[in-house]
Amino acid sequence: MTETNLFPKDLTRSETTPPLRHEPEAPENTPTNPVRGWGRFALICVPYFWLLLFFFIPFLIVAKISLSQAAIAIPPYLPLMDWSKGVMGLWEVAKSWSLDNYIWLKEDALYWQAYTSSLKIAFLSTVLTLLVGFPIAYGMARAPRAWHTTLVMMVILPFWTSFLIRVYAWIGILKTDGLLNQALLFTGVINEPLIILNTSTAVYVGIVYSYLPFMVLPLYSSLEKLDTTLIEAAEDLGCPPWKTFWRVTVPLAMPGMIAGCFLVFIPALGEFVIPDLLGGSSTLMIGKTLWIEFFSNRDWPVASAVAIVLLGLLIVPIMMFQRHETRRNEGDM
Amino acid sequence: MARKPLGPIRRTFLPWDDPGEQPFIEFRNITKRFGSFVAVNDLSLKIYEREFHALLGGSGCGKTTLMRLLAGFEQPTSGQIFLEGNDLAGVPPYKRPINMMFQSYALFPHMNVEKNIAFGLEMDGLSGKEIRSRTHEMLSLVKLEGFRKRKPHQLSGGQRQRVALARSLAKRPKVLLLDEPLAALDKKLREETQLELINLQEQLRLTFLIVTHDQEEAMTVADRISVMDKGSILQNATPGEIYEQPNSRFVAEFIGDINVLDGQITRKHREDVQLFSSVLGGHLSVRYPTSADVGDHAALAIRPEKMRISFEKPEDQSTNAIQGEVWDIAYMGDVSIYHIKVAETETLRAIVANTTRLVERPISWDDQVWLSWDSDAGIILTR
Repeated sequence: MTETNLFPKDLTRSETTPPLRHEPEAPENTPTNPVRGWGRFALICVPYFWLLLFFFIPFLIVAKISLSQAAIAIPPYLPLMDWSKGVMGLWEVAKSWSLDNYIWLKEDALYWQAYTSSLKIAFLSTVLTLLVGFPIAYGMARAPRAWHTTLVMMVILPFWTSFLIRVYAWIGILKTDGLLNQALLFTGVINEPLIILNTSTAVYVGIVYSYLPFMVLPLYSSLEKLDTTLIEAAEDLGCPPWKTFWRVTVPLAMPGMIAGCFLVFIPALGEFVIPDLLGGSSTLMIGKTLWIEFFSNRDWPVASAVAIVLLGLLIVPIMMFQRHETRRNEGDM
Repeated sequence: MARKPLGPIRRTFLPWDDPGEQPFIEFRNITKRFGSFVAVNDLSLKIYEREFHALLGGSGCGKTTLMRLLAGFEQPTSGQIFLEGNDLAGVPPYKRPINMMFQSYALFPHMNVEKNIAFGLEMDGLSGKEIRSRTHEMLSLVKLEGFRKRKPHQLSGGQRQRVALARSLAKRPKVLLLDEPLAALDKKLREETQLELINLQEQLRLTFLIVTHDQEEAMTVADRISVMDKGSILQNATPGEIYEQPNSRFVAEFIGDINVLDGQITRKHREDVQLFSSVLGGHLSVRYPTSADVGDHAALAIRPEKMRISFEKPEDQSTNAIQGEVWDIAYMGDVSIYHIKVAETETLRAIVANTTRLVERPISWDDQVWLSWDSDAGIILTR
């Protein structure tokens, strides 16, 4: 059947039959369109499919486990779905879902302390990374153009060595008879070796060192785009250089600063390797707690609950920030 | 090419002719080197209060460097700059009572129009009330009252230009520097804005220094023009003088269109000079004050609009007349430019106003015509 004889036929029945099924599709089905339409659809689908498969579904599984109870089984929790009982089974299972794990998190002070301590460490190390990273990025952006590629390469270069090895290397530097103490003792700055390893200081050092490139690169890209005539314009209008920095450079580097802070804060909050290797037993961080719950206690449901709360802690500020950004860009704030 | 408009010559305002007048801005033997490149070469220039001065030249002539030296963004390698008699050496840009309008406008993208204009006032530590009233005054001056809350990216090019102008004027600087202020605007808007700039300058009674490569712009807005090349000023004079009495071939050719005929001076009596052109194989007469003497090589230059074309040889013996063939006609609407081949290697241009609507011109391609001009229409150029 062709389009031409379909239309008159349908039109004659239009009073009694539902609206024309083909009508909205008609322009789409012109000979040139279908392939392009499908191609576009497929292209858009790929990232969504990726997110669905590797983010949303795992998230649902974790969320589901967090509502279950620990058990001596493989996997070590009570099953959530009993597919053999069909739809009724689903209902049965849904009734057994409980928030016990979340209540447990609330009642045991350990988790609360781990969260606050993680937030504190992540926040402080983000601030420290920003303080260290800003001058580096600024220097890079103001360097002669021919050097830029080399400088960016130098920032990226440490990534070519394994993250774990780089953190281990810090043990050699920070330990009581490590390089740092030896150098300080030799030069006579100190008489007694400093105890840095296995303290929170070592954790800060480790985090700032490891995440510095994530701060420097977005900052550099913001500062590099900054038009130097804006700095001159500010000075021309009577603004001394230090004030120009706060009134012009910092606000215009804000997108890079925010991106860099998120890139440091988020992984630092859940950081496990650095506190484990450099912080010793005294440093409490949620990533480590999570690890212990999963692998030492084999309490997957509680560990999942810890993970879900952590995700919530991260998503809320990001969403607030994004809403603020949209409003700022649209209107006049 | 359209006829060059002469700038508004304010006959009553000629402070540079008064020996008792103190210069407002003075560049004294300024040299600026960037590595081995000499951007400004031992340059001296006096600018007077309430003067609208233009620095005109091609790219790389040093005009922007000179302006940046005055703003304080660059330090001279040698020489001094004075403002009202005070040496500006060591005064940072943020302490100079000079404001600049940047070529790129350099509006702060994170601030709205109002905040941009208020920026300089805030730096002066004015009260909130005063800042608001001054900002409002500036916005009405550039007719942008309705746009105060807009961000720069929400404005058109012309509006941005006005915000930049308002921002640089808000502090009531002693000198306003304009760095190619109209380069980004289209022709129509540019011409409108040129007139607005003149009005603004007269209204605010400020000293303006404009940098431009556009000779029409310089002619329109400026009281005096400094034509620059290779870090030096070739001629500093009013637009009329620059156009009618250029002191060198570079200036003559840079401003408008001009025909130049090389020759040798064969006779000289006071201002009456006779020149032999070997290309034309004949003598040309001109009345022009020149230091060149009999036997010197010199060039005769005539603006195309000062030439006439006719089929018959003009009867008046005092005019120069040479025969040629119409080689090309460029129809510009208001005028037509006739390219007349007067010798195997020489084509001269003459501009004829199109005074009728007739498309069919009496003089057409390949016609044998007489090209004539009065002896006081030409100029003698010795360099």
